[in-house]
Amino acid sequence: MQRELPVIKVDGVTELEHAVVEGVDISGHWNRMFTQRSITEYPTEAMDWITGLEGGESLRNCYQCGKCVPVCPVNHVGDYGPRKLNAKVIRGNRLIDDPDLWLCTTCGNCYRVCPKEVNPIQFMPAIREQAVLEGNIPDELSDVFRNLQRTGNPMGESPRKRADWIAGAGVEIPVISQLDRPVDVLWYVSDYTSYHPRGQDAARAMARVLTALGVDFAILGPEERSDGDSARLAGETGLFELLAEQNIKAFSRYEFKRLVVMDPHAYNAFRNRYPALGWEGEVLHYTQFLAPLVDGMRFLSRVELDVTYHDPCYLGRNNGEYDAPRRLLEAIPGIRLAEMPHNRANGYCCGGGGGGMWLDGTVAGHVSERLSERRVREAVATVGTDGTGVLSVACPYEPSRFEDAVKSTGNDGRLVVRDIIELLDQAMQPPAA
Amino acid sequence: MEFIVLLKQVPDLAEELEIDADGTDLARDWLSYVTSEWDEYALEEALQLRDQAGGSVTCLALDTGSVDELLATCLARGADRVVKVGSFERQPASHVAAAAFAAALRDMPHHLVLTGVQAIDDLDGQVGPLVATLLDLPHVSVVTHIAVGPDGRTATVHQEYAGGVVAELEVDLPATLGVQTSRETPRYAPVSRVRQLMKTMEVGSVEVSADGGAGLVIEAMSVPEVSATAEMIAGSPDAIAERIAAILAERGIGKAAVR
Repeated sequence: MQRELPVIKVDGVTELEHAVVEGVDISGHWNRMFTQRSITEYPTEAMDWITGLEGGESLRNCYQCGKCVPVCPVNHVGDYGPRKLNAKVIRGNRLIDDPDLWLCTTCGNCYRVCPKEVNPIQFMPAIREQAVLEGNIPDELSDVFRNLQRTGNPMGESPRKRADWIAGAGVEIPVISQLDRPVDVLWYVSDYTSYHPRGQDAARAMARVLTALGVDFAILGPEERSDGDSARLAGETGLFELLAEQNIKAFSRYEFKRLVVMDPHAYNAFRNRYPALGWEGEVLHYTQFLAPLVDGMRFLSRVELDVTYHDPCYLGRNNGEYDAPRRLLEAIPGIRLAEMPHNRANGYCCGGGGGGMWLDGTVAGHVSERLSERRVREAVATVGTDGTGVLSVACPYEPSRFEDAVKSTGNDGRLVVRDIIELLDQAMQPPAA
Repeated sequence: MEFIVLLKQVPDLAEELEIDADGTDLARDWLSYVTSEWDEYALEEALQLRDQAGGSVTCLALDTGSVDELLATCLARGADRVVKVGSFERQPASHVAAAAFAAALRDMPHHLVLTGVQAIDDLDGQVGPLVATLLDLPHVSVVTHIAVGPDGRTATVHQEYAGGVVAELEVDLPATLGVQTSRETPRYAPVSRVRQLMKTMEVGSVEVSADGGAGLVIEAMSVPEVSATAEMIAGSPDAIAERIAAILAERGIGKAAVR
């Protein structure tokens, strides 16, 4: 039986103006859309191609809300934002030839606020891998890939010299191949800590602190290879796997209870990526290993300094560790800790992640200043007014990046950059005469 | 056009070189190997020329038991075919290498044969000329620019001389060239692709006799003696400046400025 009810007619579709089915109101509306939104009139090939890549899937979920733009560190210094990537792709741009492909540092701050969980930490490496396979890769980056492949470190230094920093530490540093017994801690020193002069300062400080605490530790020495995580995020998955095979072979040769690492990128790789490649074990960033040991530290000096702390993206935001570094800093007598406006989960990226460490030349043409320079200005504004300011860090990429930025922003003399381990070591030494 | 590239591996200088107990060779146990830099230039030129003129690039390496990665890298960069030549315990001297390559090329179409002008392990630079001689082809060494003529019968090449002088030479094809540099930095071979190719690639092989004359015999090898003639100047900027001024004065340079 046909009932006489008011109806709405749009585009040949007829709906009841008032209809309730099993208690749910499904009444028709004058503004219901019966035709496709014009957005799908754009070519879909580029989006289909990217979302067809492993890791590329989430890009399609973007609904252009724009929450990612103000939190993107690159947006602060340039005409770039994650939302714009989606806008480009739905207009048919595969990003393979687009400079935007190399601007993302995979810092993860956009993903943190994204209501649709669009994740550049996954889709950026996926697209970059295709660019690398097509030979579309900045020269400065391919030079580093070559070095990593040949020598296991980004600088192209001799792998046999990886533990040369040992000289000058003032304490004995056992190399595990010479110990012939299990150890509690296998200390993964990492690239910049092993080879960069300022990284070596941190390595020697770490050796002295571990020794003072009576930790049973050893290093891999020349057997250690780069964790390769930044190469992976820059698109060279095969290189990451090659290095992982070499490290896993070395890890498997020895007995140790846990792996303690200096580099948050290594932490990320060993903790989140190595299990799928065949190695699983306890991994701690050095701040996580040392924080529970503060009560046993004998501090002989006061460190009267105004200190702020830069959260490394791959320790903080991307792996959730904000407290351990701060616990260490708060334990050091004399230190006055002040937070920068961008801290913890909203920490501002130094620009070195995701391959950014090796893309300064490529990025320079698209930004008004380096991310490290902007971060240094923030640190100076927080602690750098009277010459006792310290920007403390917990990632071996930082000292060189930030010390360059201190000079290039004209803040020499206002701010120094110190790894947390250097401050701990300083406080554990007798006061300088 | 059929482009042929002859390649070999040399010790990687990322490691410090040591001399073996006999004093006639490098201590090879510790060495890692990389493709000879000049051979990489030759490959890059071949790939660029093929992309312009059409045809295919075939890469040849003597089979020393460890050239799979080299050949996979050639494919990853865009070569069309790779071929192992002969069977050798280790990289032979130039005469033997050239004889093997020439034997392989007799049954292989070739219009332009490119190889690195030299390699760091022997600085001999003879493989190109010897292959040319054995196949009765023209040869040009230390080539910095290559352009294939429109009819594909000649190539125009550049040789750079001292004092910034460049010679432009025309050579009839087929020919062999010793390449000094490529127009662009040799392209990066993604590890992802090399690893994939190591599992899936097809490698051709050519049997050749390993006979080609004795060539050179290394009688002794030694590390150059270090003589202490360099003086490192240390100290404050003023002290360094004073010392430099004193050295200049000692040698009678810039007397007027030094008082």
